[in-house]
Amino acid sequence: MQAFKENTDFEVRTLDAICVNDSKLTHKWYHNIKYLFVGLVFGIVFVKAEIISWFRIQEMFRLQSFHMYGVIGSAVVVGMISVWLIKKFSIKTMYGEKIEFHPKIFNMGQVYGGLIFGLGWAITGACPGPLFAQIGTGATVIVVTLLSAIAGTWVYGYLREKLPH
Amino acid sequence: MSFLEWIKQPWPWYIAGPMVGLTVPTLLIIGNKSFGISSSLRHVCPACLPANIPFFKYEWKKEIWNLFFVVGIFFGGMIAVNLLANPEPMQISTKLTAELSGYGITDYSGLMPNQLFNWPALLTVKGLLMIVFGGFLVGFGTRYAGGCTSGHAIMGLSTLQWPSLVATCCFMLGGFVMANLILPFILSL
Repeated sequence: MQAFKENTDFEVRTLDAICVNDSKLTHKWYHNIKYLFVGLVFGIVFVKAEIISWFRIQEMFRLQSFHMYGVIGSAVVVGMISVWLIKKFSIKTMYGEKIEFHPKIFNMGQVYGGLIFGLGWAITGACPGPLFAQIGTGATVIVVTLLSAIAGTWVYGYLREKLPH
Repeated sequence: MSFLEWIKQPWPWYIAGPMVGLTVPTLLIIGNKSFGISSSLRHVCPACLPANIPFFKYEWKKEIWNLFFVVGIFFGGMIAVNLLANPEPMQISTKLTAELSGYGITDYSGLMPNQLFNWPALLTVKGLLMIVFGGFLVGFGTRYAGGCTSGHAIMGLSTLQWPSLVATCCFMLGGFVMANLILPFILSL
């Protein structure tokens, strides 16, 4: 229960399950370097498979190419099988912790927010991950898009209590 | 064909998709982390401008792994385009190129249309809508929905969560509406 006491904003975060810090262990900061390397590989895949391309996203939303559907579909299948294996064999983390999954609770924000994000996705040709990779490829003006996305996140936090969920 | 030439070609979906999918177990095994990228945008808020907003009152420093992850994505993009760039022009659907040429978009040299996304474009209405307003919708919408393509479509569906399926369908619906019904007006500005 220690974690619950420390996590004073638990109620705020239940609506936002992907932001939960699952590990109860504390590590030195340099343990985070491993995430940098996972991100690095991920960024290379993003560029090499042209997932960060505005053109590929336009093709997806116009049903002109199978590419993005193949990428997302096969990612989900591999993710599903992986999660199933982790659960079936009770695979632990490299630190020996039990791997935890957090149920996402439905709220109308997933509908309203989802539609709003979809509109933005088709304009910018990027979800949040590709924004970082696009900047890395030298499309420096996307820094403005990223800052604007951070501003959008901030405004959501500011208006949160007034929005329907 | 050398290994380098081979790897420089565009990667097909059946290579890239499983690699993206493997990020899910990788993050779980190396640190019990749930895959999700839009949270990184949230963690910047309490770090820079918390403004006493309850939504930003949490220990963002505990979530710093997510910022390391996105910095990695940035460097990954840099490496891929500098060392592994495809020398051939991108293969784009002829239907799309025909449509885009109607809006004067003829430059397919980059992954992004340079004619739409450039610094001087920020001074035009079209540029403001696409670069600034588009980004705002991405940030506002993903947080409102509680996740983006990674957190909902990939992590959420991998763990069989129906709210994530609802969110994913809404992402796609919003995208279809924008690309087919609204974007033509923006592009013709």
